[in-house]
Amino acid sequence: MIFSLLVYAAPHSHQAAESAYRFAVACLAQGHSIHRVFFYGDGIHGASALATPPQDEPNLPDRWQTLAQTHGLDLVVCIAAAVRRGVLDANEAHRYEKPGHNLHEGFELSGLGQLTEAAIVSDRMITFGA
Amino acid sequence: MTLHTLNRPPSNAALLADCLRACSSGDTLLLIEDGAYCAQASLPLQLPAGVAACVLAADVAARGLNNRLAPGIKQVDDAGFVQLCCDHARVISWY
Repeated sequence: MIFSLLVYAAPHSHQAAESAYRFAVACLAQGHSIHRVFFYGDGIHGASALATPPQDEPNLPDRWQTLAQTHGLDLVVCIAAAVRRGVLDANEAHRYEKPGHNLHEGFELSGLGQLTEAAIVSDRMITFGA
Repeated sequence: MTLHTLNRPPSNAALLADCLRACSSGDTLLLIEDGAYCAQASLPLQLPAGVAACVLAADVAARGLNNRLAPGIKQVDDAGFVQLCCDHARVISWY
C-alpha cells in the first residue's frame, strides 16, 4: 500500500512529530511504500539542520534524513511555512538576502501542490496533528 | 469504514465529543499520544454502537496506564497502527 504522511508538529513541542517518525518506520518495516512526507505549519521545524537537542534525546531531522537515505523517501517542506519561520535553503537565503541557510540535507522546500499530488497518488494520507 | 485517531486527553471534551459524534458503526477509534488517557477505566468512553476502540501500546506504557485501561480497549503496537490504516478505507485524525 502507498502511504503519505502530513506532519504538523514541531519536534520537542508535541509528541506527534515523533509519532510520525515511528509510524514511518513501522510502515516501511511492513513492506509498504511512503510516497511523500510533507512537513507543514510548525512541522517545518523538523527540517532544521541547526536543531541541537541534548544527546540523550532524539534528533528527528537527522533520523528523517537517515530514513530517507535508506528508503529513498521524499521529504518535502512547505516553502511558505518554512520561510516565515526561518527555515531556508540556499536559494531562499539568497533571494531574501539572509546571512545563512539551515534546511537539513535530505529535505526539499516546495509548495502545496506536492501535498495535493501526494493525496491523489497515495492509498492513505495520515495526518499527525499538533 | 473509517479509522479515527485522537491524540488529545479527555480534558479536551469538545474534541472528544466531536470525534465520537463522527464515528459510525464499523469504524475504529485509535487513541494515541495524550489520547491514551481517554482509555482509562475511570472515564468510560461513550462509544456509538458498533465502534471499536483501541490504544497505542507505547503511549500507554509511557504514561503508566497499563493497569488503568478500560476492559474492551485493545492495545496495538506501531505495526498494528499501520495495519489498522490498511484495514480501513480512510483515516481521520482528530487533534
